[in-house]
Amino acid sequence: MTKGRFGIHGGQYIPETLMNAVLELEEAYDHYHNDPQFNAELGELLRGYVGRPSLLYHAAKMTADLGGAKSYLKREDLNHTGAHKINNVLGQALLAVKMGKTRVIAETGAGQHGVAAATAAALMGLSCDIYMGAEDTKRQALNVYKMRLLGARVHPVTSGTATLKDAVSETMREWTNRIADTHYVLGSVMGPHPFPTIVRDFQAVISKEIREQMLAAEGRLPDAVLACVGGGSNAIGAFYHFLGDSSVRLIGCEAAGRGTDTFETAATITTGRVGIFHGMKSYFCQDEYGQIAPVYSISAGLDYPGVGPEHACLHDTGRAEYVAVTDNEAVNAFEYLARTEGIIPAIESAHAVAYAMKLAPTMNRDQIMVINLSGRGDKDCAAIARYRGEEIVE
Amino acid sequence: MNSIRKAFQGQKAFIAFITCGDPDLDTTVALIRAMDEAGVDIIELGIPFSDPTAEGPVIQAANRRALAGGVTTDKIFDMIRRVRPTVRVPLALMTYANVVFSYGTEQFLQTASEIGVSGLILPDVPFEEKADFAPACRKYGIAYISLVAPTSHDRIAMIAREAEGFVYCVSSLGVTGVRSQITSDVGDMVRRIREVTDLPTAIGFGISTPDQAVCMAEKADGVIVGSAIVKLIGEYGSEAVAPVAAYVRAMKTALRGGA
Repeated sequence: MTKGRFGIHGGQYIPETLMNAVLELEEAYDHYHNDPQFNAELGELLRGYVGRPSLLYHAAKMTADLGGAKSYLKREDLNHTGAHKINNVLGQALLAVKMGKTRVIAETGAGQHGVAAATAAALMGLSCDIYMGAEDTKRQALNVYKMRLLGARVHPVTSGTATLKDAVSETMREWTNRIADTHYVLGSVMGPHPFPTIVRDFQAVISKEIREQMLAAEGRLPDAVLACVGGGSNAIGAFYHFLGDSSVRLIGCEAAGRGTDTFETAATITTGRVGIFHGMKSYFCQDEYGQIAPVYSISAGLDYPGVGPEHACLHDTGRAEYVAVTDNEAVNAFEYLARTEGIIPAIESAHAVAYAMKLAPTMNRDQIMVINLSGRGDKDCAAIARYRGEEIVE
Repeated sequence: MNSIRKAFQGQKAFIAFITCGDPDLDTTVALIRAMDEAGVDIIELGIPFSDPTAEGPVIQAANRRALAGGVTTDKIFDMIRRVRPTVRVPLALMTYANVVFSYGTEQFLQTASEIGVSGLILPDVPFEEKADFAPACRKYGIAYISLVAPTSHDRIAMIAREAEGFVYCVSSLGVTGVRSQITSDVGDMVRRIREVTDLPTAIGFGISTPDQAVCMAEKADGVIVGSAIVKLIGEYGSEAVAPVAAYVRAMKTALRGGA
């Protein structure tokens, strides 16, 4: 079996033009990821710049209201730039600098990864180009402004469905065009090897902290960890250090859009089948001839027809469970968490909150659940207001 | 010897790419016949894919037009079954990994072989992953055609040693599309290929004019043109047969050393 496999999934299905670039990246990562100097630099950035460790917050009011399991929120929304994306971006940007690259490119869906990439580029003095679906530049206009403010060039992508999938395709095309000075900061645990491994390792800080914080607070491990899954980077980050603990249920919450029985869904594991796309073998939403399906979710960050290969494997082995959450359930959870805890979650993270609302009452009061609150919801307020029939002028 | 390799014997080969079903399959049939008469040596038939990550805007648009017209892998197989006995030119399929994988690799190649397809090109499958496809190609007598890029450097020998049909030399960085100049050192690429194999070489990506074709054919055994032809089809639609045939004739004449 070839490199970078998770069960049958993963691999390196990319044009020959990019092969030496990913091999160079793999070599650099193999060298630096155990390098004390590199890890000291990254650790200091995470502490002093991102604000890690992020809090593990006991959501007492939500716990009392839902009944059943005790709920904790892992507050990735409190990170600098407002989401977990910065963990991976700083790692990759630092790696790019070490590799002598002077320019980074990145795709973005909701804009959170683009903002994080533009932030890291500003901090480290790298030139930065962001590719974003034209549809998403409209849904997330504020993030487009932020990226420009941070010095990045934002390129609206009009091909295909003009969303995250097309942004990834366009960034790959741009990478084949200019490789020597450019590193592709992929935003999720997807794409060709070594990206799924690199991004997972940089996001694994989330579960490393949850584990330590939970042991300190409760003296034991949680019974369930929940996270939303698009490509799956915050979920794999939240799951990773619990993979060996079979007592911890790992639950990934996919975006069902208008429902998994409709075509307007992005629930890849629930509705997709195995395929090869964007550099990897994994599950994809596709038609009978392998044409990638035009997926839909209210959440621009989960609006992707594939899922990272490690999640595909965790699904195959049954180590993690994957459930689908509709737009409506996610919007209800978005509003619920705001009202109940005074915390406005990203609409992506609200998918995990929504499933937690269903799950908690089915669990015992002595059980503990952790919800990874991967991002904050400021960026979504206008869209959610619109969903409820209210127009906001920003 | 595979018919693809034979197409290079005693001449510089002209290889044309079109997307099946762009704008419809009847036009594709007419284009195959007209290009065959005009002297094309190999035709690459693209099976459209929703997300063709190695293509520039021109071929992306062709993929979109074809899929919008409702073309499918099975309809393309039926079209090839009809046209194959009526032309002499070898046909190779060009598509993306998921189109073959999703159909069932074994079933795809068995059918392709039955209807007389001679080669397969998958631009998103590098040397490292070809075990998913190359053994099944061999089983059904279809040449699995490998690509070498300007960034391949030390990988060239490894790729060329196991290549079949011909070695597809990617002239430039980036995606498919017409370029005014080709700046990579393709001559060096071809030399390194010839060190390890006697298979023919063909240069593609960016070639559109007879002058470029002649210049590239001095370095290699053939040239591949895609976007320039697909652009004509985009402009003329179902009326594209005559202009495409004229274009192919002009390119082939230039390669034969004519004016």
